[in-house]
Amino acid sequence: MLTKRIIPCLDVTNGRVVKGTKFLELRDAGDPVACAEEYNRQGADELVFLDITASSDNRRTMVDVVERTADCCFMPVTVGGGIRSTGDFRIMLNAGADKVSVNTAAIFHPGLIKEAAIRFGSQCVVVAIDAKRVPGADGRWEVYTHGGRKPANLDAVEWAKKIESLGGGEILLTSMDADGTKAGYDIELTRAVSEAVRIPVIASGGAGELAHLCRVLDEGKADAVLAASIFHFGQYKVADVKRHLQAQGIPVRL
Amino acid sequence: MRSWMRLILNLEFWILNPESMIMIALVDYGMGNLRSVEKALQRVGGKVRAVRDAGGVAAAQRLVLPGVGAFGDCMKNLAAQGLVESIRDFVRSGRPFLGICLGYQLLFEESEETAGCAGLGLLPGNVIRFPAGLPLKVPQIGWNNLRFRRPDCPLLRGVPDGSHVYFVHSYFPCPAEASDVCTETDYGMPFASMVWRGRMFACQFHPEKSQDVGLKMLENFVQL
Repeated sequence: MLTKRIIPCLDVTNGRVVKGTKFLELRDAGDPVACAEEYNRQGADELVFLDITASSDNRRTMVDVVERTADCCFMPVTVGGGIRSTGDFRIMLNAGADKVSVNTAAIFHPGLIKEAAIRFGSQCVVVAIDAKRVPGADGRWEVYTHGGRKPANLDAVEWAKKIESLGGGEILLTSMDADGTKAGYDIELTRAVSEAVRIPVIASGGAGELAHLCRVLDEGKADAVLAASIFHFGQYKVADVKRHLQAQGIPVRL
Repeated sequence: MRSWMRLILNLEFWILNPESMIMIALVDYGMGNLRSVEKALQRVGGKVRAVRDAGGVAAAQRLVLPGVGAFGDCMKNLAAQGLVESIRDFVRSGRPFLGICLGYQLLFEESEETAGCAGLGLLPGNVIRFPAGLPLKVPQIGWNNLRFRRPDCPLLRGVPDGSHVYFVHSYFPCPAEASDVCTETDYGMPFASMVWRGRMFACQFHPEKSQDVGLKMLENFVQL
């Protein structure tokens, strides 16, 4: 049986983890590769690196992080942030990334999804959606670009369907309303998107406690959960999360 | 040429050219990243070299065929580099061979992914897509478990039945010969997640991405 994936996410800028992790066992908790190794040891199912500045100067540093991670962690790695062309896909895949996540560029140039899917296969094309609930409207979410700063005039569910039709292999769905609140994922949004497409959906934004992950996988119909702070600050180990989910009847790899 | 004659010729080649002997050759046909497979094989003691032509394949003691992308593109690239016949010869010579993901699918006769394109034809059967009628997310992405059909397979030595491995795929082979099926996995339906015939091994999952379980299988391959 296919298990639900637990995916720690590391925000990186200039080759350093933003805000840092609080792994007591690591000598340098700001080193993304050291953090990746720790999550590998903990049995995380995948890892996501997000380049949050994504300037061209940063690109070389990020490639180096991905290369060094691929040398020591034998697990799937996704990298995102500032991906604009199939050339960027090529650079990250050659560095050792298994999947590449694209966001703003795909909205301005949806053909990028199709081109990347044809050249590298759908399986490595992740499209990130940053969605915000439309006030007053029942069950409608708008897509935002540029790290959540600009509205894109796109309905999140419609955009998800378009992504699938263009050959995107997976959706990384972040609720901007829930992100950073630690009050739980947006279950309704996740479910609406997950039920609208036949490609896997990774839920992101809002994880604060174990019950949140459980709910979004169960009621939200997510195929995987992304979480940052609950892991970084040592609140929970990956195995704690999995044991909890298993006890609730959710299939996980232990 | 008979296979024993070919084997003797190959042996002679190795003895006369000890420098040219390649412990593990990784077929590089321009379809993406070899780095992960290379690093994983090195981690378990393999000496790896990427090969791009028939000479490199012929000089190998063991051969690994990875692959991402589409079935038709891969066959086209293999043909353009003159690798199709040399890979067939290699497998028939009885030296250890490992196909991974698309490198597994390519062993069969043809695929729904690229109609009319012949595969390597080393195993009978076709490659099909997960049927649209099933309530499944496609591609299958993630960790699924193996059910051993042939637990005596040397690659499964030290690997517990039921172990989870990492999959990313929309297509899978249906071997026509039931005895080729080494492990099965359920995704909407049971499918052959690994095959084994003689010293030919191939898997739909990514051992190089499957943490300790995958590394154990690669170690077994290196030690064959």
